[in-house]
Amino acid sequence: MSLVRLEARGRASPAMVYLTPLLAVGLTLASGFVLFGLMGFDPLRALHAFFVQPVSSVRGIGELVVKATPLVLIAVGLAIGFRANVWNIGAEGQLTLGAVTGGGVALAFYGDGGWWLLPLMILAGIAGGMLWAAIPALLRTRFNASEILTSLMLTYVAVLLLQFLVHGVYRDPDGYSFPESRLFEDDALLPVIVSGTRIHLGALFALLAVAAGWVLIARTFIGFQIRVIGLTPAAAGYAGFNEKRIIWLTLLISGGLAGLAGLGEVAGPIGQITPTVSPGYGFTAIIVAFLGRLHPVGILLAALLMALSFIGGEAAQIAMGLPKAITGVFQGMLLFFLLACDVLIRYRVRFGRRRAAA
Amino acid sequence: MNRRTFGKTILGLTAAAVALSFGIGGFAGAVAAQDKLKVGFVYVGPVSDHGYSYQHDVGRRAVEEALGDKVTTTFVENVPEGADAERVIDQLAASGHGLIFTTSFGFMNPTLKVAKRYPNVKFEHATGYKRDANVATYSARFYEGRTIAGEIAGKMTKSNVIGYIASFPIPEVVGGINAFTIALRKVNPEAQVRVVWVNSWYDPPKEAEAAKALLDQSADVIVQHTDSPAPIQVAEQAGKWAVGQSSDMTRFGPKAHLTAIVDDWNGYYIDRVKAVLDGTWQPIDTWGGLKDKMLFMAPYNPAIPGDVVEMVEKTRVDIMEGRRHSFDGPVKDQSGKVVIAEGKHASDEEILKMDWFVEGVVGKLPK
Repeated sequence: MSLVRLEARGRASPAMVYLTPLLAVGLTLASGFVLFGLMGFDPLRALHAFFVQPVSSVRGIGELVVKATPLVLIAVGLAIGFRANVWNIGAEGQLTLGAVTGGGVALAFYGDGGWWLLPLMILAGIAGGMLWAAIPALLRTRFNASEILTSLMLTYVAVLLLQFLVHGVYRDPDGYSFPESRLFEDDALLPVIVSGTRIHLGALFALLAVAAGWVLIARTFIGFQIRVIGLTPAAAGYAGFNEKRIIWLTLLISGGLAGLAGLGEVAGPIGQITPTVSPGYGFTAIIVAFLGRLHPVGILLAALLMALSFIGGEAAQIAMGLPKAITGVFQGMLLFFLLACDVLIRYRVRFGRRRAAA
Repeated sequence: MNRRTFGKTILGLTAAAVALSFGIGGFAGAVAAQDKLKVGFVYVGPVSDHGYSYQHDVGRRAVEEALGDKVTTTFVENVPEGADAERVIDQLAASGHGLIFTTSFGFMNPTLKVAKRYPNVKFEHATGYKRDANVATYSARFYEGRTIAGEIAGKMTKSNVIGYIASFPIPEVVGGINAFTIALRKVNPEAQVRVVWVNSWYDPPKEAEAAKALLDQSADVIVQHTDSPAPIQVAEQAGKWAVGQSSDMTRFGPKAHLTAIVDDWNGYYIDRVKAVLDGTWQPIDTWGGLKDKMLFMAPYNPAIPGDVVEMVEKTRVDIMEGRRHSFDGPVKDQSGKVVIAEGKHASDEEILKMDWFVEGVVGKLPK
């Protein structure tokens, strides 16, 4: 019998469920303080360079929004699925497909675009992401294949498809055979909505997704079904809810939003199709979804925090020569503290031997 | 412990942590030097890759050493080629850097976009082809080193199969494979080159896997156009030969390492920083080779016979003095058609756009 035991609490404090992310952030900052000190950097200056200075200009805040946009779009969609126990791990692939289809439309109409081009690209991007998510949905509902595996594996297929295209038909004919598409024309670019920054129309879509995601989960019958299936699948079965329909719906929603995020990258800050469209947004968004407690508003805040940790890592490298690995350390600490706090609000730590049951 | 005391403990720990770090870290704020030129470097890989990005960082340190009283340098490593690159370059420009080197092909368009916003900042982009009033480009004729490596491999191979680990099918890499194969078959017409694409510049596990797969196909010399020393280590364990990339990788496989094609940016970086200091900087294109000391060969493995060393040294001098070109005709493509005629050599433009394999390369070029 060990000396330290975890004992389940009767009920987790509802206030703490929402407070723990803040507590985790606080603990991360405190540990960062110690860490910077141990590395021989002035901790206050380092934390300032990491968390304050990157967002102390309009351009900096703009970059934060640009970085958070795909994370919000993807995580809102994933969270809807996660609530129904539908584990779409392949958002990265759906994002890539969205870039391939939406960006492909831009290249197909290169030179004769018009006002209609951008809406068409957006629809194509969403459709591409949905198509890629439909495969795991079909395999799950038809053959009961785990969507965790199939969606993840399809990510690698999508990335290789992108490679194949940028080395082939998508390649810029005047580009010295380098694997990049032409730069998109203005008709094919998402307009910048705040001048002096790179914030593009996609940020607005992200906010819409947050609002729509909240309405869907909290205010509709579909949302109720999603929640019931997630909490007690058996009860959902007795109630006659169609689980297959929910699997299709949640995968198509999350795939479509990931596709939109991918289109937003190629038609937004990148402005062309390149061999790497995303530095792993589809996977980071999984962390964001859980950090945001699968709640759309929480996700919005979590995405901004995650974006800040990426941007801050670069800023700290430039300002103080801190190593890049610091970004990973901060993200790791954040998750560690969040999970640790979660354990502690659900369980009580007991020291010493268990007393004999009375 | 109940919940309240647990909370107190957390608070106490935090307070202790804060106090501790004050004691250790102190308030030694660095004094910012206002009058020095700030030079920024953007790397695609980690500085610790022991290859391409590492070698650029050697150049950065050479600048610090040579001109440390007039410049300060900054670097950002592991920058993804995508939407993030523009932000990093912009941050460097916005934070007062007067000269910024962006060292990977994927940074081309982001560099040009940022350069438009900061007309007073000078930019230098490695391995690209687009320039502007404040954007210069530079690269090295890596293929010249491949010619020397090809001749050595042709003499050292017993199985007549060379394994070639390639990153992406871009002209620089394809041209490197071709230059290597032409030289290889000049000294050993029986030899063949098998290419494995790993679709990454730096991925040690994938590179090691590719090396093992090539050894299984009876290759006994491993050549790489990727940046990690993993293939060298695999060759060392298998008791086969290997050619290093970008930097001298001897220490990762002292027995296997035949030589390496070493990038040397030191001279170029120092010259360009001086040009900015003197006010003589121009947005030029530089494509330097062995002659310009932008690359050199790492020390030859003592196991290479003396007559082979003599032969490749002659080749090296001939290339430097213009008597030999890596793409001297006649050169046939895989179908046997003569693409570069006898008595001619490929032009710079043809090398920069190269998208076909020469005879002797096994496998199709992915398109």
